[in-house]
Amino acid sequence: MCLAVPGRVESIFAESGVRMGRVNFGGVIKNVCLAYLEEIAVGDYTIVHVGFALSRIDEASALQTLRTFAELGLLEDELAELKGGEDDALPEACAP
Amino acid sequence: MKHLSEYRDASQARAIAAEIGRIARQPWAIMEVCGGQTHSIIRNGLDQLLPPSVEMIHGPGCPVCVTPLEVIDRALAIAARPEVILCSFGDMLRVPGSRDNLFAVKAAGADVRVVYSPLDCLTIARHNPAKEVVFLAIGFETTAPANAMAVKLARQQGLTNFSALVSHVLVPPAIEAIMQAPGNRVQGFLAAGHVCSVMGWWQYPPLAARHRVPIVITGFEPLDLLDGIRRTVVQLEAGRAEVENAYPRVVTEEGNRAAQEVIGEVFTKTDRTWRGIGTIPGSGWKLSNAYSDFDAELKFAVAEIHTCESPLCRSGEILQGSLKPHQCPAFGRECTPRHPLGATMVSSEGACAAYYHAGRFLAHAETAPGAVP
Ligand code: SF4
Repeated sequence: MCLAVPGRVESIFAESGVRMGRVNFGGVIKNVCLAYLEEIAVGDYTIVHVGFALSRIDEASALQTLRTFAELGLLEDELAELKGGEDDALPEACAP
Repeated sequence: MKHLSEYRDASQARAIAAEIGRIARQPWAIMEVCGGQTHSIIRNGLDQLLPPSVEMIHGPGCPVCVTPLEVIDRALAIAARPEVILCSFGDMLRVPGSRDNLFAVKAAGADVRVVYSPLDCLTIARHNPAKEVVFLAIGFETTAPANAMAVKLARQQGLTNFSALVSHVLVPPAIEAIMQAPGNRVQGFLAAGHVCSVMGWWQYPPLAARHRVPIVITGFEPLDLLDGIRRTVVQLEAGRAEVENAYPRVVTEEGNRAAQEVIGEVFTKTDRTWRGIGTIPGSGWKLSNAYSDFDAELKFAVAEIHTCESPLCRSGEILQGSLKPHQCPAFGRECTPRHPLGATMVSSEGACAAYYHAGRFLAHAETAPGAVP
């Protein structure tokens, strides 16, 4: 819950009046709530906790962090968590 | 660790560790508060790079680990009701309650779902109007903005079949409690960077001054952690006790104001019992009176539930830093991630699980197979 992969905002849209974005985490795309980062724009990098963008970070830092995570083998773990790939996670979890 | 050999900054990591060795003239005990940092330190063997004079004490900052047993038991009782869909972060499913865990209740037919974001619960509530959707809202300051927003939006969207079982915990009161505990050995803190990205670091200078303890706000990557430890040791050796922000690429002094506002609207401070530790005054958030109609505890009348911990589990000592996981007699025997006796063996952020996955089975950590060559 605390280690968070930086993601890149690919697009911004509104859902039920809430500012949302499609965020790319090393190839995994997730819908993320952008309500707490008014100033964030497409192309920016952000750190996301449980589906909410909470801080913006510059591209160089984001790429450096992604590289570090990949080298340490952490990226797969974190992406598995994002995809809900744990053995006890339920793929139907977010479906209607 | 095998990973450190693929890590391009490994030589820089070793250089910082060597520098710490040169600076440290006396033994120091430093606590990393956050479970994400514990995970990174143990997984990457950073503690084994440090000179023997610098000891890392693993703090209570694993949200899954400190969620009180009675909250798990209440979640289990709610999940067992036929009209309920219980939603939770995946980490919580294997956390042992007094008798069962959520995974077992689910296997027995309860509708328990893992969500990535609390907003998923609102979607589920909208699509299941005949059901009661209950979200197990736990965590530190990092998950609070999301959990608070879910409740706020549920009200805005008129979702009356959604409620939350809230058990939030806060870092600064935990630091305060650790410093006040009799027999405390902690002399410096690494504060959790992502918690500070939400709350800022303005709350820490009074703590550092009151307890004469350096607090360094630190990230999660090996170089961040080693640099945080180095800065803490520099302060300790110089007799300073200041707050330093070693994670400025993510953390500002004021934090995320918009998030703090919504948290302030939806939650209110409360005393909170930490599993294995006990009650810490003002150390949690619960739903504010204005949002009490979303309180699952009231909706399902589960406040009076009796609990009992496994008599073998010593996670209280682990969470307070007085025992290392591999020193627990049950570690790796009766207690494994598949069959955890305590919550610290469940989440990857828990100290027991971190030691288990890193292969730290021997009570003499220096000779553990996972040690950095
Ligand atoms: S190893 Fe298991 S039994 Fe021992 S303290 Fe950790 S969680 Fe509890």
